[in-house]
Amino acid sequence: MPETLTKFIFGRLTLESLPLHEPIVVVTFIVVALGGLAVLGAVSYFKLWGYLWREWFTSVDHKKIGIMYMVLGLVMLLRGFSDAIMMRLQQAIAFNGSDGYLNAHHYDQIFTAHGVIMIFFVAMPFVTGLMNFVVPLQIGARDVSFPFLNNFSFWMTVGGAILVMASLFVGEFARTGWLAYPPLSGINYSPDVGVDYYIWALQVAGVGTTLSGINLICTIVKMRAPGMTMMRMPIFTWTSLCTNVLIVASFPVLTAVLTLLALDRYVGTNFFTNDFGGNPMMYVNLIWIWGHPEVYILILPLFGVFSEVTSTFSGKRLFGYTSMVYATVVITILSYLVWLHHFFTMGSGASVNSFFGITTMIISIPTGAKMFNWLFTMYRGRIRFELPMMWTVAFMLTFVVGGMTGVLLAVPPADFVLHNSLFLIAHFHNVIIGGVLFGLFAGIAYWWPKAFGFKLDPFWGKVSFWCWVLGFWLAFMPLYILGLMGVTRRMRVFDDPSLQIWFVIAAFGAVLIAAGIAAFLVQIFVSIRKRAELADVTGDPWDGRTLEWSTSSPPPAYNFAFTPVIRDNDAWFDMKRAGYRRPLSGFKPIHMPKNTGTGVVLAVFSVALGFGLIWYMWWLAALSFVCLIATAIGHTFNYHRDFDIPAAEVARTEEARTALLAAEEARA
Amino acid sequence: MSAHDHTGHDHAHGGAAHGSLKGYLIGFFLSVILTAIPFWLVMDGVIDNKQATAVIIMAFAAVQIVVHMIFFLHMNPASEGGWSMLALIFTVILVVIVLSGSLWVMYHLNANMMPGLHEMREMP
Repeated sequence: MPETLTKFIFGRLTLESLPLHEPIVVVTFIVVALGGLAVLGAVSYFKLWGYLWREWFTSVDHKKIGIMYMVLGLVMLLRGFSDAIMMRLQQAIAFNGSDGYLNAHHYDQIFTAHGVIMIFFVAMPFVTGLMNFVVPLQIGARDVSFPFLNNFSFWMTVGGAILVMASLFVGEFARTGWLAYPPLSGINYSPDVGVDYYIWALQVAGVGTTLSGINLICTIVKMRAPGMTMMRMPIFTWTSLCTNVLIVASFPVLTAVLTLLALDRYVGTNFFTNDFGGNPMMYVNLIWIWGHPEVYILILPLFGVFSEVTSTFSGKRLFGYTSMVYATVVITILSYLVWLHHFFTMGSGASVNSFFGITTMIISIPTGAKMFNWLFTMYRGRIRFELPMMWTVAFMLTFVVGGMTGVLLAVPPADFVLHNSLFLIAHFHNVIIGGVLFGLFAGIAYWWPKAFGFKLDPFWGKVSFWCWVLGFWLAFMPLYILGLMGVTRRMRVFDDPSLQIWFVIAAFGAVLIAAGIAAFLVQIFVSIRKRAELADVTGDPWDGRTLEWSTSSPPPAYNFAFTPVIRDNDAWFDMKRAGYRRPLSGFKPIHMPKNTGTGVVLAVFSVALGFGLIWYMWWLAALSFVCLIATAIGHTFNYHRDFDIPAAEVARTEEARTALLAAEEARA
Repeated sequence: MSAHDHTGHDHAHGGAAHGSLKGYLIGFFLSVILTAIPFWLVMDGVIDNKQATAVIIMAFAAVQIVVHMIFFLHMNPASEGGWSMLALIFTVILVVIVLSGSLWVMYHLNANMMPGLHEMREMP
């Protein structure tokens, strides 16, 4: 009788579910637990809980939410990178009969977790965070269209991340690869909780991503400052718009396909099973209909970052603005026409393969046009090689190689040789690290002073830059070579000793990247210490061209005391040229949204719901689902959602800035 | 309800405004009819060919979508400054790509990779 009771309460969660037999996981757990306790202790000791809750966790300010997204991305980058370096080490030593140090059960979880975390919980939060912070400032808005929804979206993303992290210590993660193809991910071959963690983590985070996409589309379409027509929008805003359109159009496909997989696993349907009319190939087809747009969701905003950076640091208007916009829109549409190139070898035959091969090659044309636009922007410009510009140049050199190997892979006969080989791994790391990550570092270095009021320390930034760039080339060029020699991905041990040297080189590259990440953290730490020295009083440290540089650094909660009026592209450059003077009087009360903790509460219930479903604790799932719906309905009766910043307070804030600017001028 | 009757007509201005009672009733009856016919087709087995029945039901579903968009979502080419129409066109393009593409891909995959028993028997 007690046994049925335990089973009712804990579902399939037992003491054996804790991975106590895996010494590596136990040590990791101890380290994480100690580190976590230290952080919690420090927050309690300095009495920061109230501050964090009031000023950050419940905040609906797009700038703070953007920064929290970046923090989430950074934390998860550390997790995802630990997975990466563990794999590199395993592959470097598992030769000559050695089994390495990871058993198959653990190794398979690591490569799955690495992919899932890096895409969904590193790249996506980074990109969303950047868009959240920058877009409203660039279009002269005071916040996004739906500020509460923004906070809710963020916490749902955190909820997904929490579920993935929980899988490390309670139970296990999927052992299927990052897209969890059936039939391997079906209940017959993966009866454990791994795939369920995968499904519910992505479903919870997916709600956040989709809602944030809707939010930013509305913001860009509806909340631009007067005079900012579509063709006067900054290019980063354009690429953000296209990315969010892609998010809204493609994430429902992921949600649907994961729901079907969940039905297969939970209630015994046969959508993707081998028998009873199921078809696993349909899963592969559907998930790549989401998956290919996803890679453009990641890269497009960074194309925007590179455009802003190139134009600012070359001191020139962006070359070919219109063609840049059209190239972005064309990529948006074309990204829906190429998904089959991810499974050329599944056997659709020559006609289908050639169609998708050709569309894939076509997509490199708008991308190439962008590359030339950046080059022509630099041509005859007065280029300042500050950190963001260095990342941009490194991106151009690296990304072009990745793009060309991509075109190679788009040739179906070549793909039959290279499919699932390390060549493919090298290719997509080449474009994701060389494109997305380099772009993020460029964007962080570029907008950091706007967010915090001081620049990042250039010395440690350069250390990080060189470690990352050289580390990337050292880590992934060997994989191109190995891939051409026919080595497949996701291998744990190797027979051929002649391959070992390449894996050792790649491991050294990974160590160099680790140094790059460390230098980045040191850079942040050093910059905070030297913030007085690195302070940016003007609000325009780079001689910027777009609206976000017209306000103070960091911007006041209301962003702009008066909504700016736009007459040209590069609005702030135009204002500066026309001798713009800050208005010093006539301030009015500003209507703003109020903070709310509902987003946090909803996300907590969602995590509980996911946890209940993963472990078959049906009472928990049902209870948290009811609470989730009740809270959501209850929140609609909250009518105290807004307040006014009094005119006097606006005037005080603006006068403080006037005094600062005057002091700066007197000093200069 | 009668109060609605009077105010209903006052609201019937502009494209994106709330619809009138008349509009909602037309939409409601159209939806009911468009739902009832497929039910009738299936329950009474009116058409012998099952595939033809399925195609006709899908056609009714497509018309149903248009009815909802016009009478319940109040969409027309001018609403929201053209953004509704643009979003609709984009959505239709994507849905067509995804559906027709999937059918095409899956047809070829099935033909090449899932030989039925019949073809298996013909193999040497």
